[in-house]
Amino acid sequence: MTNSVEGRIPDSIKGYEEIRNYLEPFEKGPTGRKAGPLLKQVKPGENKVLENIEEAIIKSGLKDGMTISFHHHFRNGDYVTNMVMNKIAEMGFKNISIAPSSLTTVHEVLLTHVESGVITNIYTSGVRGKLAEAISNGIMENPVVIRSHGGRGRAIEAGEIKIDIAFLGVPSSDEYGNASGRGSKTICGSLGYARVDAEYADTVVLVTDDLVAYPNFPASISQTKVDYVVKVDSIGDVKGIASGATRYTKNPKELLIAQNACKVIVNSGYFKNGFSFQTGSGGSSLAVTRFLKEEMKSKGVKAAFALGGITKPMVELHEEGFIDNLFDTQTFDIDSCQSIIRNPNHHEIDACMYANPHNKGCIANKLDVVILSALEIDTDFNVNVITGSDGVIRGASGGHSDTAAASSLSIIVAPLVRGRIPTVVDRVNTVITPGETVDVLVTERGIAINPRRTDLIERLKDKGLPITTVEELSNMAKDIVGKPKTIQYTDKIVAVVEYRDGSIIDVIRQVK
Amino acid sequence: MGKRLRRTMLYVPGSNPSMLADAHIYGADSLMFDLEDSISLLEKDSARLLVYNAIKSIDYGETEIVVRINGLDTPYGQSDIEAMVRAGADVIRLPKTGTAQDVIDVEKVIEDIEIKIGKPVGTTKMMGAIESPLGVINAMEIATASPRMIGIALGAEDFVTNMKTKRSPEGVELLYARSKILIAARAAGIYALDTVFSNVNDEEGFRNEVKLIKQLGFDGKSIINPRQIAPVHEIYTPTQKEIEDAKQVIRAIEEAEEKGLGVISVNGKMVDKPIVERAERILELANVSTV
Repeated sequence: MTNSVEGRIPDSIKGYEEIRNYLEPFEKGPTGRKAGPLLKQVKPGENKVLENIEEAIIKSGLKDGMTISFHHHFRNGDYVTNMVMNKIAEMGFKNISIAPSSLTTVHEVLLTHVESGVITNIYTSGVRGKLAEAISNGIMENPVVIRSHGGRGRAIEAGEIKIDIAFLGVPSSDEYGNASGRGSKTICGSLGYARVDAEYADTVVLVTDDLVAYPNFPASISQTKVDYVVKVDSIGDVKGIASGATRYTKNPKELLIAQNACKVIVNSGYFKNGFSFQTGSGGSSLAVTRFLKEEMKSKGVKAAFALGGITKPMVELHEEGFIDNLFDTQTFDIDSCQSIIRNPNHHEIDACMYANPHNKGCIANKLDVVILSALEIDTDFNVNVITGSDGVIRGASGGHSDTAAASSLSIIVAPLVRGRIPTVVDRVNTVITPGETVDVLVTERGIAINPRRTDLIERLKDKGLPITTVEELSNMAKDIVGKPKTIQYTDKIVAVVEYRDGSIIDVIRQVK
Repeated sequence: MGKRLRRTMLYVPGSNPSMLADAHIYGADSLMFDLEDSISLLEKDSARLLVYNAIKSIDYGETEIVVRINGLDTPYGQSDIEAMVRAGADVIRLPKTGTAQDVIDVEKVIEDIEIKIGKPVGTTKMMGAIESPLGVINAMEIATASPRMIGIALGAEDFVTNMKTKRSPEGVELLYARSKILIAARAAGIYALDTVFSNVNDEEGFRNEVKLIKQLGFDGKSIINPRQIAPVHEIYTPTQKEIEDAKQVIRAIEEAEEKGLGVISVNGKMVDKPIVERAERILELANVSTV
């Protein structure tokens, strides 16, 4: 099997040590032993609760050049990352590497700390807003390393990301560090990303605004992993952490795409009792869940589990008996946050259980169908979810490449064009997910099946689906919006995109 | 396939480029680009230009393109007709058609332009929206005013206002107008299309109305949102049993013709001309519906 990303990766990258090119999805396996945190001891009577962030930074022994981590379970409502970084900057530290599970627009204030040299390396799933623009414009000396959710878990377990101190915001904790995603002030559901950091960081500092009586059980992060607990006034903005009611799209184009995607699933051969699926939180993706529900109802099909970012439509299906189990790394809305507390078969899982390719089997391996989005997809089915049509970073790798590779059927749902910007192109700006792991592209103007999947081509024909080729879709897009000018880049590499196995699948260059 | 289906005629405001570019992807039988009531006075010219270019440059495939023009009693009607005939719209839809003369006047303008641009006279079809008590009274004259007429449609919003009432879920206030228009259309041998149902979020109400107008005998309905397409097509799609029965009728009649028999029966029921025609209609509807 040849891959579709040849010619994208340079021989050497400044600020990135070992280059190993991506070859194919499961070519690179793990070697050696898992990394481990320092052995430590807390004796009876010792106190973990600290006065404030500053004391935590001092007690943790932060030094210039260290790596610290955060999670993004609070999404756009997160106060913790900025709070800790502002304090670190104020205390005069320099040359810090940060390894958040992802960054959103709320984190764009970190730009000042990049400018002043407090932050010199960023390892993340995604970056957005002004910080992302500045990175694309070459503000950092060392390239940002972009990893998938499974890839980050893998890198931490393999010791490629060595977290010295993890600062983990939690909705509630007791004084000994038993932490939960449900608190009296805030609620975030799963702490699946944070659990990996808690497991492997040398020092774990919990930051909470709800310090509760011991023992705070059931706990997502347990006391044996936690060094310190700091109580602050507020860890985040409730509205930004979990969106309120998840609304179904009324956009007819998104609905049409969702309907077609649902038909693909139903006719794919994977839609049968005990199947499993994952859908995202975008408009079309959520609508797929709704259409799927009707099909499950009318055909009497039940799913064994749904995976991923959990949303209200999945919770509804679970509570109505159509999905037996929900496996939840990240909880997207308030209804789902309440579900994980209420429903015994709504299970919290960590990022490694979700999608790490180098363990003894992640849940994604058992996934039948995944619905994914795309900023761009090319005629080799390579998908870009990180850079915009201007070449600037504006998204996140997420679980995209993980689930595309591990599932039996990966379906990309995307409009053919967005305004004047084509989605289906000859060559994507940045490859996050290689085409050989993408099976079907569903747009509002037609469905293209990866020619590698002759079985699917056979099964989906004569089913009343608007099947076409990806080349034809690309031509249609050109007919509508023309061919965009090529983006001008400099030679400087501003970000390295790691595939989930740690090989390099692409680089992102500075825009001119 | 036999005659064209006009189950769904989707309104598309002529001033919205992205809707004009995408309108055909949802599978409506006809698209109706609107230059009239959904377009503000300030946008009349730009909408006309936009629709003209859309028809000229976008491949709408098999979808029928209807343009609702402004009346000739407005400053825009004449230019609308000229632009749309030149663009190659399949059908010009007249708003607020009250008399046969309204049809004849528009036809004259269409014909002049067809001659001017060297288009075979009669290529551009017409349909009339009947939106007033006068129009309902004159339905038959309107339906037969020109051989270009392919259909008449009810526009209920203006009509109920004129009638000093408002629309109800049961539609009793429209019963006479619907029936009159339908009978006129049938007598003239053209299509009858029902009015819009404006609450897009009331799917149940919409479905009930579609069932009602299908039972009355309408060919289809004007719709205002792509989400309304599927319910209409679904309701108009014959059931598997209806299709099987219709096939049986057609097979029996073909056999009878071969054998030179006159009256035949299928499953003990006499099959005559109306039954054959109904069977043909069912198969026409079934042909385009993905059952």
